[in-house]
Amino acid sequence: MASSIMKQGRLTPWLYLLPALVIMFIFIVYPTFNTIYLSFLDKTSTQPASVNCVEGQPCWGIFENYHYALTNPEMVTALRNNARWLLLMVPGTVLCGLFFAVLADRVRYESLAKSIIFMPMAISFIGAGIIWRFVYYIETGSGEQIGLLNAILVALGRQPVAFLSNPAINNYALMLVGVWLWAGFCMTILSAAIKGLPSEVLEAARVDGASEWQLFFQIMLPMIMPTIAVVTTTMVINVLKIFDIVFVMTGGNFGTEVIANRMFTLIVTDTGRSMAIAVVLILLTVPIMIFNVYRFRKQEEMA
Amino acid sequence: MASVTYEHVTKEFGNVIAVNDLNLHIEDKEFLVFVGPSGCGKTTALRLLAGLEEVTKGIIKIGDRIVNDVPPKDRDIAMVFQSYALYPHMTVYDNLAFGLKLRKTPKEEIKRRVQEAAEILGIQDLLGRKPRQLSGGQRQRVAVGRAIVREPKVFLFDEPLSNLDAKLRIAMRAEISKLHHRLQTTFIYVTHDQMEAMTMATRIAVINKGMLQQLDTPQVLYDTPINMFVAGFIGAPAMNFFKGHVRKDGGKLFVDCGAFSVPLPAERVRAAQPYVDRPIILGIRPEDIFNPAFVPPGINAAKVACKVDVTELMGNEIFLYLVAGDNTIVARVDPRTDFRIGDQVQVSFNIDKMHLFDPDSELAVR
Repeated sequence: MASSIMKQGRLTPWLYLLPALVIMFIFIVYPTFNTIYLSFLDKTSTQPASVNCVEGQPCWGIFENYHYALTNPEMVTALRNNARWLLLMVPGTVLCGLFFAVLADRVRYESLAKSIIFMPMAISFIGAGIIWRFVYYIETGSGEQIGLLNAILVALGRQPVAFLSNPAINNYALMLVGVWLWAGFCMTILSAAIKGLPSEVLEAARVDGASEWQLFFQIMLPMIMPTIAVVTTTMVINVLKIFDIVFVMTGGNFGTEVIANRMFTLIVTDTGRSMAIAVVLILLTVPIMIFNVYRFRKQEEMA
Repeated sequence: MASVTYEHVTKEFGNVIAVNDLNLHIEDKEFLVFVGPSGCGKTTALRLLAGLEEVTKGIIKIGDRIVNDVPPKDRDIAMVFQSYALYPHMTVYDNLAFGLKLRKTPKEEIKRRVQEAAEILGIQDLLGRKPRQLSGGQRQRVAVGRAIVREPKVFLFDEPLSNLDAKLRIAMRAEISKLHHRLQTTFIYVTHDQMEAMTMATRIAVINKGMLQQLDTPQVLYDTPINMFVAGFIGAPAMNFFKGHVRKDGGKLFVDCGAFSVPLPAERVRAAQPYVDRPIILGIRPEDIFNPAFVPPGINAAKVACKVDVTELMGNEIFLYLVAGDNTIVARVDPRTDFRIGDQVQVSFNIDKMHLFDPDSELAVR
C-alpha cells in the first residue's frame, strides 16, 4: 500500500509536467541543438564547415563558420554596433523609464501621461520603424523635404541631414527609435515598483530630514533596485536581439549592421554561417540568464 | 523640548472633514495621548503636526513658531510609525544614523548617539542587522531608537504598539512611559486603545468624528466624563447605559428604568431636578456594581434585581452579564461570587458613582 503511494508520488509530477516538457523539447531544446549542429556544416548543410576554408588564409576547421562570425568585417561591425546599442540603449531606456515613472507619480493626469509614453509599445516594431523612416527621411533630389525632422531643419534655414545614411549619426538615430519604443515598458514596470513602496517609509525619511533628492537617491532608488535589475537584464536581452528597427530602417547598410540582422540575411544564402551567428547570440545571453537565475534565487532566500 | 498648540485646526479631504476645529495646547514635557475609534481623525491630527498633511484652516504652533508652511524635516520632530517604517536596505545602525547623517552631524557624535540610544533600548547587539532579520518587537525598538537619536523637540507616536502581540504590547507600554520620564520631552501619542491611553498619558484628548470631546487627565476622564461618548469609550468593559426617567417619590428622586429604579443621592438632586418626569440616561461602570455579599464598607448601595445571563471567570474577578427587563447589565464582581446562569439575583449599584446624561445632547448632567 505504502509503496504504491510512493510510486504514484514519484510518477505523477512527471505526468503533469509532460505536456510542458514535450512542447519545450519540440520548440526549444531540439531547435537549439539543431542550430548548434547546423553551425558546424556548410551552406548546403551537407558537408562540414571546413570546406569553406580558403587556401592561404587561417582556417578554424570545423569551426570555420565561427571564424566567419567573429572575424568577418561585416560581422565585426555588427558585433561592435551591438556593443554600442547595449551601452547606449539599455541605460537610455532604463533611465528614461525611471525618469518618467518618478515624474508620472507626481502629476495629476498620471494614467494619461503614462498611456502616452507607453503607446509606442502597442505599435508593431516594423510599423514603428516605418514611421521613423518617414521622420528621418531626406529628399536627395529636387523635391521638397517631406521628412518631419528635415522639414523642420529646412524651415529653420538649415541644411537637411542624412540621418540614416551618415555613418557618424545613423546608429544613434536608430537607437533613439529603440529608446522611444522601449522606455514605456521600463516606465510601466518601474512605476509599479515605485507605487509599491510603503508610504510610511517615505514619510519616515521626510520626517528624518531627507530632501526630495535625498529621498530619491538614498531611499527610493535602493528599494527599487531589484526591479531596476529585472528591467535592465530584460533590456540587455532585448537589445542583444535588436533586429526590426535596423531591418526596416537601414537594412543594416551604412555601417548600421547588427548581429540579428546579419543572421537573418544569411539564413537563405548560408545556413551554416547564420547558425553560427545564432549560437554566438545565444552564448552572449547566457551570462545574463545566469545572473537572472542567481538574483532570483537570492531574492527567494530573502523572502 | 517645546509646547504644541492647535488653534482652530480643520483638515478636510474633499468633502470629508477629518479634523474639525481642533483647539489644543500641549505643555512642554507632557505625554499627551489622542484616543478615539478608528477613523476619528486622531492620526490626521498627528500627521498635520508632523507636516505630512497640510492644514485646511487654522494654525499649528511648535513652541512659539507657526509651522503650517514648514516642511517636516525642519519641524524638529521625530515620528514612530505604526508599521515601524524602517529603511529595509539599511542596517539597524544606518537606520538610526540616517537622520543625523542628513543633518551632517560629525561621525563621532553620530556614533555616540546611536550607541546611547541602542543602550537605552537594549538593541546594541542588533546594530549590524537588517530590519528583515528582526522580530516585531525588535523593529519597534529600532523605530523608537531612530526617533531618540534625533533628540527632537517633540516625539510623535502613531499607534506604535498595535502590530505587537498582547504581552509585548504591555511590556513596550511600560518602556515608552519610562522613556518619557527619562527624556523629559513632549510626547504625543495616538492610539485607539483606551487602556494604552489610561496607562501612559499625563493628559488624554478623546476624539470622535474629528472633534475633540474632552481633554483631561486619565483619572478625571474616568471619573467625570463629559458626555456619553467619553463615558463609553474610556474604561473596559464599557460603562452600562440605561434609558429611564426621573421620578419624584415622597421628596426623593429616583431614576426609573422600568425593570428597576435607583434612588439618586442627595447631592445629585439639584442637577436632576429639571429632568423630573422627563427621560434621562443612567450610566454606571461595571466595576461600580457589586455582589451584595461582598460590598465594600462605606458604599452607598442600591439593590437591583436581575437574571444571570452569562458569567465569565477572569481569575481575579468575574464578569457578569445580567438581564433586567430590556436592559443588559455588565458587572465586574468579586471572584468569590457563585451566581449561576439563569439565577434570579440581586446586585448592588454604587449610587455615588452613577452618571447621568441628557438623552438629546448626550452631555453629562451635573
